[in-house]
Amino acid sequence: MQAFTQVTGLTLPLDRANVDTDAIIPKQYLKSIKRSGFGPFLFDDWRYLDAGDLDIDPATRRPNPEFVLNQPRYKGASVLLARENFGCGSSREHAVWALSDYGFRTVIAPSFADIFFNNSFKTGFLPIVLKDEEIDALFVEAQAEGYRLTVDLPEQTVRTPGGKSFRFDIDPFRKDCLVRGLDEIGLTLQRSEAIRAYEARRKQEAPWLFA
Amino acid sequence: MTNPSAASETPSKTLYDKLWQAHVVAEMGDGAALLYIDRHLVHEVTSPQAFDGLRLNGRKPWRLAANLAVADHNVPTTDRSQGIADPISRTQVDALDSNCDEFGITEFRMSDLRQGIVHVIGPEQGATLPGMTVVCGDSHTSTHGAFGALAFGIGTSEVEHALATQTLVQKKSRSMRVTVHGKVAPGITAKDIVLAIIGRIGTAGGNGSTIEFAGEAIAALSMEGRMTVCNMAIEAGARAGIIAVDQTTIDYVKGRPFAPKGENWDKAVAWWNTLHSDAGAKFDSEVLIEAADIKPQVTWGTSPEMVVPVDGRVPDPAKEADATRRQGMERALHYMGLAANTPINEIRIDKVFIGSCTNSRIEDLRAAAKVVGGKRIASNVKLAMVVPGSGLVKQQAEKEGLDRVFLDAGFEWREPGCSMCLGMNADRLSPGERCASTSNRNFEGRQGQGGRTHLVSPAMAAAAAIAGHFVDIRG
Ligand code: SF4
Repeated sequence: MQAFTQVTGLTLPLDRANVDTDAIIPKQYLKSIKRSGFGPFLFDDWRYLDAGDLDIDPATRRPNPEFVLNQPRYKGASVLLARENFGCGSSREHAVWALSDYGFRTVIAPSFADIFFNNSFKTGFLPIVLKDEEIDALFVEAQAEGYRLTVDLPEQTVRTPGGKSFRFDIDPFRKDCLVRGLDEIGLTLQRSEAIRAYEARRKQEAPWLFA
Repeated sequence: MTNPSAASETPSKTLYDKLWQAHVVAEMGDGAALLYIDRHLVHEVTSPQAFDGLRLNGRKPWRLAANLAVADHNVPTTDRSQGIADPISRTQVDALDSNCDEFGITEFRMSDLRQGIVHVIGPEQGATLPGMTVVCGDSHTSTHGAFGALAFGIGTSEVEHALATQTLVQKKSRSMRVTVHGKVAPGITAKDIVLAIIGRIGTAGGNGSTIEFAGEAIAALSMEGRMTVCNMAIEAGARAGIIAVDQTTIDYVKGRPFAPKGENWDKAVAWWNTLHSDAGAKFDSEVLIEAADIKPQVTWGTSPEMVVPVDGRVPDPAKEADATRRQGMERALHYMGLAANTPINEIRIDKVFIGSCTNSRIEDLRAAAKVVGGKRIASNVKLAMVVPGSGLVKQQAEKEGLDRVFLDAGFEWREPGCSMCLGMNADRLSPGERCASTSNRNFEGRQGQGGRTHLVSPAMAAAAAIAGHFVDIRG
């Protein structure tokens, strides 16, 4: 997994609540059996005026100039600023893959849907929860051209170019995995004996589960 | 519990506490634990990258028998004898077949009578049992909570983790209880109950929580109805919904292919009978809903919380004080092609979809058929389709002659799968088309780019098909 320590990046404000995973990456792209290549289809329905599919070259499509992602000033953005309940809907990890593949490393919002939040950490992508009023302030500041936020995971802060600093919480285990880029399955397999011991005990209590 | 010296006594536990504690392999600090997974359901969309991960790292599934696979999202619902026409869909279903072969996982293939939507077949086979932890790379895994199981959706990395280790690292969520007090009026279904709940608490209302659905109106539901309610817990933001085990649960499970038998059955039932929240158990939040207040529900917007009773009107954003919400409402109305204050029963529809893991079980088809019986679909309805949740549901419905009722009325009678719930196969809405759908998500583009979805119960969808617009089935 890609490690995450500190990221300073152009910040793109997406001023909508309840951005769902169907909007982040529509279903036709979920037919891909790969983990990469979803970036060009991120926010597909909002980003293009014509319909797309896996076998249609995105370069041949008509971008929607109104959509924030298509505005030249946000080219190369790596920090996404969003509103409440970001990532609601399906369990598709493809949503996180699409954001990462596009170049985003982190998304900052007042709240997230649970599964999206969980999925993010598995891919080296950092979802950050800040308070409503902090988010409001960042949306105002992010109107400035070339606005860049710094996300410092070891310090657990989001810093503005003007020197303001907002602290965020993160589960220590998740933080450790992200900072060191650890493979969670490998870590769990170090506990194989505990898993076997659980199974042996459970087989006694609930034999039907192992029939 | 006010006396601190009594702390060593067993405190009252919620159902969620009991399920959680029975599955802890190791505590990991800070409320996190390594949880054992009893049942892992696998489908074609969220698993290929997980199997690739296993191969890359030279890993094998930890316990093969815990897994059960089925292709549902991409399968055609028309004639299947020629296989899948869309090459990209076919590749994904082929990948599941070959991964299951390679790793030795039991799979119900497309030609198998037991094939169907993953959340329909698990319970139907008895592969979902009370007290289990059930996971699947699909958010509607919450459905299985209807059995007093801890069931939740996971992403592909967690699919790989569950395959490789039979565990997941999870953080305990908060607990919420939604009590639906009293009896619902005649004609009110599980779908109306859960839409009314979502309308009340919002799509983020259950974020970070496991919702236990309780109360007389919930206990009165069949297992099919309970599955409909738990299915949409995710639409209220909760990763899991659960309902206590009772005789209805046990009767449903008995005799199913994967259910315990003989001595094991008695042992299992003894434990299952403890799977309810203790009297006096404390929840982090409680919501009380009066069943008698619930009317047939219809969504008007692009989020399941945008819902009103059928005798209501499309709400007016001008009356919303919160700016972000107001913009959301305006955007939804624009997308849906609706004007504020339009009476719901004047909204005309183009298509009808009866199906999905929310409402494609036998009881749902019976309810719809009862409304349809002997009538014809309205001339403005271009397509009305019924997609049973599994091959076995389809077979049962045909035995009861329900297929004839639908066909005679002008409905199409299809093969089982997810179908137009999300339109990954050929079944979808065209831009601007308006659909009465028994599915669970009305997001922009969900049923096809530019498609407009109104979520309703099977009886309401059937009634809309006949009338050509929404109607109050109580009338
Ligand atoms: S029926 Fe719809 S919601 Fe259910 S699993 Fe299939 S696509 Fe998902």
